[in-house]
Order: sequence, then structure tokens, then C-alpha cells
Amino acid sequence: MQSFFDVRSNPRLAWAGLAVIAIVLLVLPWALASVGTAWVRITNIAILYVFLALGLNIVVGFAGLLDLGYIAFYAVGAYVYALLASPHFNLHLPFWIILPLGAALACLFGVLLGAPTLKLRGDYLAIVTLGFGEIIRIFLNNLARPVNITNGPQGIARIDPFHVGDASFAQRETILGLDFTGPIKYYYFFLVVLVVVIIVNIRLQDSRIGRAWEAIREDEVAARAMGINTRNIKLLAFAMGASFGGIAGGMFSAIQGFVSPESFTLVESVMVLSMVVLGGMGNIWGVILGALLLSFVPEILRYTVEPAQMALFGRMLIEPEVIRMLLFGLALVLMMLFRPAGILPSAVRRRELEVPAK
Amino acid sequence: MNEPLPLLTAKGITKRFGGVQALADVGFTIHHGEIYGLIGPNGAGKTSLFNVLTGIYVPDGGHFAFDGEVLLTLKPNDVAARGIARTFQNIRLFANLTALENVMIGRHVRTRAGVWGAISRNARAREEERAIHRRAYELLEYVGVARRANSLAKHLAYGDQRRLEIARALATEPKLLALDEPAAGMNATETAALRALLEDIRRDGTTILLIEHDMKLVMSVCDRVLVLDYGKKIAEGSASEVQTDPKVIAAYLGGDVSLNLKGA
Repeated sequence: MQSFFDVRSNPRLAWAGLAVIAIVLLVLPWALASVGTAWVRITNIAILYVFLALGLNIVVGFAGLLDLGYIAFYAVGAYVYALLASPHFNLHLPFWIILPLGAALACLFGVLLGAPTLKLRGDYLAIVTLGFGEIIRIFLNNLARPVNITNGPQGIARIDPFHVGDASFAQRETILGLDFTGPIKYYYFFLVVLVVVIIVNIRLQDSRIGRAWEAIREDEVAARAMGINTRNIKLLAFAMGASFGGIAGGMFSAIQGFVSPESFTLVESVMVLSMVVLGGMGNIWGVILGALLLSFVPEILRYTVEPAQMALFGRMLIEPEVIRMLLFGLALVLMMLFRPAGILPSAVRRRELEVPAK
Repeated sequence: MNEPLPLLTAKGITKRFGGVQALADVGFTIHHGEIYGLIGPNGAGKTSLFNVLTGIYVPDGGHFAFDGEVLLTLKPNDVAARGIARTFQNIRLFANLTALENVMIGRHVRTRAGVWGAISRNARAREEERAIHRRAYELLEYVGVARRANSLAKHLAYGDQRRLEIARALATEPKLLALDEPAAGMNATETAALRALLEDIRRDGTTILLIEHDMKLVMSVCDRVLVLDYGKKIAEGSASEVQTDPKVIAAYLGGDVSLNLKGA
């Protein structure tokens, strides 16, 4: 996969491949829209999950710090957007101000979480981060009294869509004979951000900072003895990962128009972590694949399981939700047996898990 | 003659682990360009001294003065930044990274590119990356593992792993290179090659502190030797002086070995 995009060693193939992918991605929303606008929305949510998975991958995959509360940063970003662009406080700031702000605040929370957990590793770190995720959610749930900040469990509604001047992303427009619905506009915006995020991730991984993360993951004592300031480098991982989560959160707010603490439960954190692990910790393309699979498969099941059962048995035997969990379990077992390092494992993870030659 | 400032002075270094006195009032000086040996029976406190020196343990008493500055409760990474690099008794390479990557990580402390440099890949960051790569490869050649540059550290032969660890330490541009039993597990040929490498490193201007059990190596390569036993300094001097010191012989062979047959 990585060599496929290696522009230097095989330029013609690489550019051709990238061109094909670009065309597919540009045409995709129109193809999906012809099936149903819902599918464009599902794709948008899937892209948000890709952002989340890539952000978490920095913490878990690159630096090797197990974080079970990652969704908290998503929540921070989402609420920053919701509070600054809704009738709740009657603030309506434009998105290009709020998104960086959300990223910055999530980044700050990343450092706040990272600072006390610097000496923790593995299971202990996982427990503390899990607690942190819950604390944020419970805060959001309860910050309605005495001063109503978050509106508690009712959440914040009527959040502004992205708008540039008077042009809103939510309006339907016809440009050059093409019917641009809201979700399609968001899709293109997300696509641009996605490309940037992927490039940032690739460049971070293959840099002095990325190597320092790898060193910490491999052997923290040796990393420190080599002069790596493990405190700062770990905090940097938390901060970078969190800011991706914050941006994704703001986008989530805008496309949903509504946020409540419900959306940021532990299950969501576990979901994002599953995407990272399923795809292949540390491998950017693997993580993207994992996020797309885990976002789309449940939706596809939702739309196929019911009609299929109706056609076969004439009635619903198994709920789609049950089948989803069954498939999850099955996937888990199969992964452990056949691809313990993920579908597209990073080179380093593959080596870690390989059976030593006797 | 004007006595030059010593590179490292240790004064009254003391470290206890619960009831165990790992180091008791240990003091010594290492001069520029020396190969300074640190020997003693197992459990004498050699590695503890290393760990105190490199900031892994905080001493209960005493301090080090390194290159004119007092090192007091510095973090291991700060110690490395000041110019003391170490290897580990039980090799601690980044096992799943290649030999070259291991040495490149050693360059971290002497390079500067941050997040912005990584993301923008501006001219300076690119130039720095090239320099890191070049220097890492040179160091692999220097220690003689360049042909395995792209092999994983864990797949290297044992002797090569020891050498790779030295290359990684040298990448931090240390003034003092602290080696914890570099010859452990090496055969005679490998040890001879290691000796040549140590001589090279000294000749190229790096002072060496060497913990070693291989007495032949210590006696042939070290200018001066410090002997520890039960956390105490029992002798210091040239290799030949130390060798004939009765206290040292007693420490190694067992001081008052007497057979007690009464209880049998």
C-alpha cells in the first residue's frame, strides 16, 4: 500500500493510482446520492471517524500510549462549536474561527490529561484515560446548573451549519447543473480536510518527532537515556491526537445540528480504538481502512439484514443490532487468529508480533 | 604543570535501597581522554553507580561535577543532553526498528526539528533529516555494522547489537561514554575487535567509563581502574596497581575463606 503511493520509486504508477482515487472520491457523493442522500451523510460520518481514528493512532499507534477516553476530545470540539454557533448563547461565530478554537481547546485538554498520566503505562494509563473520558461526559451532563452552560442531558440544538457570509452549507444549490445538497457540500469540505490530515500524519510519522514516538513505544528507559525528553514528546502525542479529535468534533456538531452527552460515551471511545486496532495500529492506511469498515458495515447491515430476512423467512428473526454484534465478535476472533497486528499492519507492529524463527 | 579540569568528579555518592547500601560514599575523578575502568564482584554497585550518574536513580547523598557543572537530580534526558551517553548491561535497543533507525534516534538530542518542521518539511528540516541520516550511517560504519543498517536490531548478532548500542550512544555526541559490560557474552575475537573500537573512540576524543568483568580487557585498555565491593570504593589506581592490591584480591576470591567443619 505504502509503496503503491511511492512517487519516487515508481512515479507513473503512483500518480495514476492517485488520479484514479481522486476521481473516485470526487464522483462518489453523486453516486451515493443517487442511492439516497442518507448514504452521503453516512459517508460524512465515516470521514469523521477516519479523523478520530487517525488522531487516536498518533497516541496509540505511534507513541504506544493506550487511551480509552479519546472521545472526550471529540466532545470538547463538538461542544465548543455548539456553544459558539447556536442560539444557546446566541453566538454565531463562523466555522473557520471555531474549528481552530475547538482544536486548540481539545489540545489543551490533551495536555491536561497527559500531564498527570505521564508515569503510567499500559493498563494503568488505560484506566485513567477511561476515567477522564467519563469525567468529561459527566461534566457535560451536569453543567446545566447553577449556570446553564451545556444545557445538560437535553443537549444543544439548532446548531448553525457551516456558512461563508450568507452562503450556508445546509442550503441546497444548483451549480453548473449539478444539485449540491448540504451533505455533498460537507463531503467535499471534509475531503479537503482529510487530505491535509493524512499528509500531516504521514509527515509526522516520518520525522524526528515520529522517531521519538517510536523510541518511547519501544523502550522508554532507553529513549530517555538517548536524551529524548519523554515528558514533552508524550504530551505532544496527546496534544496532536486531541486536536484532531477537536476538529472532528466541531464538524460533527455542524452536520448534526445537535449535540448531547449521549454521543460521547465510552462505547464511542472503544469504537474508535477498535478502528485503529482492526486496521493496523501505526499504519495510516490501515487505520483509515479500519475506520471506514467499522463505519460502513453496520450501516450496510442495517439496510440489508431486514429485507434479506423478510425475503427468506417472511419475518424478522434476528435484529440487525444482534447481527452486528455477532459479526463484531466473529471479526474479533478471526483477527486474533489470522491478522493479530491488524488488516494492514505497520511494518513495526508486524515485526513485534511475528513468531521468532527457531 | 597546570592540572586540567577533570571531566567528571564524583563526591560522596550514596544510594540505599531499603536496607541495602548499594553505594556508600563513593568518590572518584575521570580525566579527559581517559578510559576509566569500573570493576567489582557481582552486586558491588557498579550498575547502581551508572544509574545514579545517568539520572535513572536519584542519589541519597553526594553529587557529580561534570565538565565544570554540578549534576544534581537531573533527568536522564538532561544528562544525555549534557554529554553523558550510556549503554545497558542487558542490551536495550529499539528491537523492532532497524539498526539505522536506532542510531538516527540517538541524533534526536542534537537536532531541533519540531512539529512545524515535520509537517511543513521546510528546507531546514529536510537538510537536518539528511544530516541525521548521513551521520547515523557514518556511525554504523565506524562501529562496523553498516552492512546490517537495514536489518532489525533484534535480528543482529549479539556482538553487533553491543556495537550498535555503542553507535547509538555515540550519536548523542557524548563527552563521556559510559559502557555497561560491553564485552559480556562476546568471544575472544569479538572482544579484541571491541578493544580496538574503544581505543578508536578514545583517540577520536571521547572519554570512556567502562564497567567490565573481562579482566583481560580491563587491564589492557583502561588507564585507571576503580574497584567497588559492597557499594564501597576499595581501590583505585592503574591496572597493575589494582591487580596486586590485597583488598581487591580478597574481594574477588573471598576475604576470609575458612572452612567451618564444626557444624557438619
